[in-house]
Amino acid sequence: MEAYLSLLAKAIFVENMALAFFLGMCSFLAVSKKVDTAMGLGVAVVFVLGICTPINNMLYNGLLKEGALTWISADLASVDLSFLSFLSFIGTIAATVQVVEMAIDKFAPALYSALGVFLPLIAVNCAILGSSLFMVERDYNLAESTVFGLGSGIGFLLAIVALAAIREKMRYSNVPSGLRGLGITFMVTGLMAIGFMAFAGIQL
Amino acid sequence: MAKTKEVLLDPLFDNNPIALQVLGICSALAVTTKMETATVMAIAVIAVMALSNLSVSILRNYIPPSIRIIVQLTIIASLVIVTDQILKAFLFETSKQLSVFVGLIITNCIVMGRAEAFAMQNPPWASFVDGIGNGFGYGLVLLFVGFFRELFGSGKVFGMEVFPLVTEGGWYQPNGLMVLSPAAFFLIGGFIWALRTWKPEQVTED
Repeated sequence: MEAYLSLLAKAIFVENMALAFFLGMCSFLAVSKKVDTAMGLGVAVVFVLGICTPINNMLYNGLLKEGALTWISADLASVDLSFLSFLSFIGTIAATVQVVEMAIDKFAPALYSALGVFLPLIAVNCAILGSSLFMVERDYNLAESTVFGLGSGIGFLLAIVALAAIREKMRYSNVPSGLRGLGITFMVTGLMAIGFMAFAGIQL
Repeated sequence: MAKTKEVLLDPLFDNNPIALQVLGICSALAVTTKMETATVMAIAVIAVMALSNLSVSILRNYIPPSIRIIVQLTIIASLVIVTDQILKAFLFETSKQLSVFVGLIITNCIVMGRAEAFAMQNPPWASFVDGIGNGFGYGLVLLFVGFFRELFGSGKVFGMEVFPLVTEGGWYQPNGLMVLSPAAFFLIGGFIWALRTWKPEQVTED
């Protein structure tokens, strides 16, 4: 149990998807003008990451990994389909996003209208594919990958909401004209990344 | 011919994919601790983008609009798989350092963005050139950031010693911040600042 808690804390703070690995940066910078919308995107990312990472884990360990096909027949032990992982992961993600979108539309229309355009956009958010690829690289099992997926999502949510709050406040400050907009956002993100580095080395 | 030149050179400074279009930042930052990885990454992105723009443009009249995203993703993913396999075969060490970021070219918004915004409306040759141009615009920022991070972070350029380090009997005390992630944000912020001071029409009010 402790190992999972530690993994969760590590995924949220120490190895924050946005601030330590720069994943999901495009939407991180583009959708962080207001706290409300940032919250919407963040929740959607947590949702999709929590579902996609374990699915991709099962897919990889059950079909793609070298020797994974032995459950069909022993002759297939030497088949290595891992080169197909990019294609199948992105397929899973696009399909999951589509299904999640339809499910939310059917069962929680209020949430659906709140998330709006962000749901389909998540399919091309690098943080989602990134966490699946990290999961493969670090050899997580099913439970670990679920925890890792949720943790990365929560970390992303935390970072994007914090950045949006800072940017809302920043409207009242006098920024040099060349730095306005994107430039200062990069600087602020850099400072936040330094702040998050204070969490490095935490072990639970 | 004039149009080709414009399509090729425009993305370098006037319409830079990273500094102005805010596309493809995800991978731009993580691979720039060294010039070598930055160069390999830039070449990989240029290749993938030129070929994906070409293929999408050839197929543009046959792709039904409702499923175009998934078609584009499939084309890009296949090209990235090829790139990844080539890197693993010929540049194994570098491909280990790039780790997941080669795969992440698939979701690099710059590739999708150009396929969607340019290749779907333009003939194959122009799209091919647009892919190369935007790839160079992306590579330019990557090399800029990589140059400063490697020079000040470890006193080297392309692994060659420029500033002799204190630890090896030289005079240069390396700046540890440069090899960490925040430095990349500051450098890109600075790049944008410099670019927008030079070309004030790019300033956005926010």
